[in-house]
Amino acid sequence: MSVPKGDVFLAGVGGQGTLLASEVLCEAFLLSGFDVKKSEVHGMAQRGGAVTTHLRFGPKVYSPLIEPGKADLLIAFEKVEALRFAHYLRPGGAMVVNAQEIFPPSVGTGQERYPQDVVERLRAVTDRLHMVDAFATALSMHEVRAVNMVMVGAASHFLPLPENAYEEALKARLPGKLVAVNVQAFHAGRALLQPT
Amino acid sequence: MSVLAKKEEIRLLSGNEAIARGAFEAGVKVASAYPGTPSTEILENFVRFEGVYAEWAPNEKVAAEVAIGASMGGVRALAAMKHVGVNVAADPIFTASYTGVRGGLVIVTADDPELHSSQNEQDNRHYAVAAKIPMLEPSDSSEAKEFTRLAYELSEKYDTPVFLRTTTRISHAKGVVRLDEPSGPAFAPGFTPDPSKWVMLPVNAKRRHVLVEERTKALREFAETFDGNRIEWGEKSLGIVTSGVSYQYVKEAFPEASVLKIGLAWPLPERLIREFAAGVSRVVVVEELDPHIETHVKALGIPAQGKEIIPIVGELDPRIVRQAITGEAIPVRAPESVPPRPPNLCPGCPHRGLFFSLKKLKVTVTGDIGCYTLAALPPLGAMDSCICMGASIGNAHGMEKALGAEGAGKVVAVIGDSTFLHSGITGVMNIVYNRGASTVILLDNDITAMTGAQENPATGKTLHGEPTRRVDFPALCRALGVEHVYTVNPHDMEQTEKVLRREVARPEPSVIITKAPCALLPEHRRKKRPVYEVIAELCTGCKACSRLGCPAIEWVPFTPEEASAAGKKPTQKGMARINPLLCDGCNQCPPLCKFQAILERKP
Repeated sequence: MSVPKGDVFLAGVGGQGTLLASEVLCEAFLLSGFDVKKSEVHGMAQRGGAVTTHLRFGPKVYSPLIEPGKADLLIAFEKVEALRFAHYLRPGGAMVVNAQEIFPPSVGTGQERYPQDVVERLRAVTDRLHMVDAFATALSMHEVRAVNMVMVGAASHFLPLPENAYEEALKARLPGKLVAVNVQAFHAGRALLQPT
Repeated sequence: MSVLAKKEEIRLLSGNEAIARGAFEAGVKVASAYPGTPSTEILENFVRFEGVYAEWAPNEKVAAEVAIGASMGGVRALAAMKHVGVNVAADPIFTASYTGVRGGLVIVTADDPELHSSQNEQDNRHYAVAAKIPMLEPSDSSEAKEFTRLAYELSEKYDTPVFLRTTTRISHAKGVVRLDEPSGPAFAPGFTPDPSKWVMLPVNAKRRHVLVEERTKALREFAETFDGNRIEWGEKSLGIVTSGVSYQYVKEAFPEASVLKIGLAWPLPERLIREFAAGVSRVVVVEELDPHIETHVKALGIPAQGKEIIPIVGELDPRIVRQAITGEAIPVRAPESVPPRPPNLCPGCPHRGLFFSLKKLKVTVTGDIGCYTLAALPPLGAMDSCICMGASIGNAHGMEKALGAEGAGKVVAVIGDSTFLHSGITGVMNIVYNRGASTVILLDNDITAMTGAQENPATGKTLHGEPTRRVDFPALCRALGVEHVYTVNPHDMEQTEKVLRREVARPEPSVIITKAPCALLPEHRRKKRPVYEVIAELCTGCKACSRLGCPAIEWVPFTPEEASAAGKKPTQKGMARINPLLCDGCNQCPPLCKFQAILERKP
């Protein structure tokens, strides 16, 4: 059997926990016997700015960067960020997008409006668009910081890993007291979408 | 997938984590660094190993000197820094090339092509050539660990410091690494006096220079047989010479091509390069930034393509490499046009209050390196220059001298606590000594914030987490001869503005210390803080609060119908609201509202 390979692009806003989400995903791939690489940028880029992670898995991964137009899956933690990096998706790729809106500075200060047509524009990019309300799901768990793991759960339908790989990854990457709430968030996220 | 062995021996590590692991496995005992993206995590990870000593030095020069001293003392030592840090540390490094080492000495330079978090895009491979120091260049995390170990062996065998050069996509990319057992050097610590080696008086240094040249010859021979320099034969129609992360892009873009992978970026293997070039019909050198390998390949008389097709600016990726070599554009969807999302000062950041006040004063602000450099962006837009660590103070003084009476009371320098300790002290000394009158604002937020919260000599804690003495900033500034030193709370913008106006006008040097903790510090976050809200009925949409540029203050635009429905004049364009999840309770915005519309949210 050939080992599946794929490119996963994660996009969000500094402070949304995209880093931990990508750590957990990588760990899950590693535990399942894949070669995996990921690349992201620390430092100035994190202060509330747009943050991205390139995650690549397969039998053997060379480049830590995904090429534009090559990502199989785009996981966006914020709506506008999905659009900002939509050109990374390959034709026919899937998008899992959090419906949450976090205002960029120009919107927050009233110079321009938050784009009202994001979903339509995303649909023009791919018909495999899956909008989820990860923020509401996290809020219903009384843990707004769990948005990241809700997103991982929702996106897990599009990745070639068994459910328990994520649980094992969470146990491996998180302090004991945080495992339960994150496992719960993962399952809540997974329940938001149907298997494809 | 049997390629991976038992999982306890395998870890997914960033390049920085892998270097820390490699240093531990090599038996490194002393490591010193100044934090700087993308190098910071090396020491943060190294310090967690048993039996090692690691420290934050006040700057890279001190870090290099500490590592050199530790090497003299007979232990393996590490200094880590970002690319521009090597500029600061260059003085000791260039002469350590002459003295050589006792314990292995490795200097990590973490370059930042694409300037993800830097002020320039310099290529530090030039330092290897200029300082005559060998340089290893790993192409992923696994090699980062292996090359770190190897660097110590080379250092001791050839009696030389060794550079280990990474770039952001090595430092901050994670890959699979196989762990090994630690094994240190075969000798015990101890200093053996040897003036001819350690005392670089001209008479001794002259002799050492001869040894340096002999060493480089020996290293050239090593380069020919080093398995990190290797030919991967493929199709002979295209031969690519490459190194570092570019190797990965090449393998991705041209899996069938012949590749000469360079692991030792200096000195280069001449015979291997000739052998490779002779075996292929077209030679292309693929490297990020400057034509380092290319220049040397061409100097051998080998016709090769390089920077005429490979970009010299920014980082590469497989697509850029493919397009450059095939000469054919790869069609790709154009990026969508969306509102930009640049980084911003955090909600509750004490710097925001200061820069808001500074902007009102309409002064020229010479800036420095730190989170506060973000104040140069709109809506604050309150910084006029940023060159390098510590430059703000010399820049302010120079501008004052240039402008004469015209500039009096119009220029201030702003510099963070850690940056001040790094290289701001001498600038203040210079102002006092040379009868300047500049105002220096020292932004003391109790941490080195930009790089992700590292301790420094003014925070009272070491890298190992031990309590220690703190630098007393007011006493330090007075000792330098500044008579007017004042401490203000930057969240209290009224008081801050008053002190700013007074000190900027004063025809003598002064230092204003704005003291309030970074909003991201755990001690601060644990404190019970108020959350503010905008009382919708009172908001007139004047945007006075929006001008702070706080991410928690959001603008809700109105159409005339929406305005009327909200009970506002139809001409009101919108209103402000405060995102309760983002509000840090800093109390900067309530006093700005003339309509008292911003109040503490009741539980």
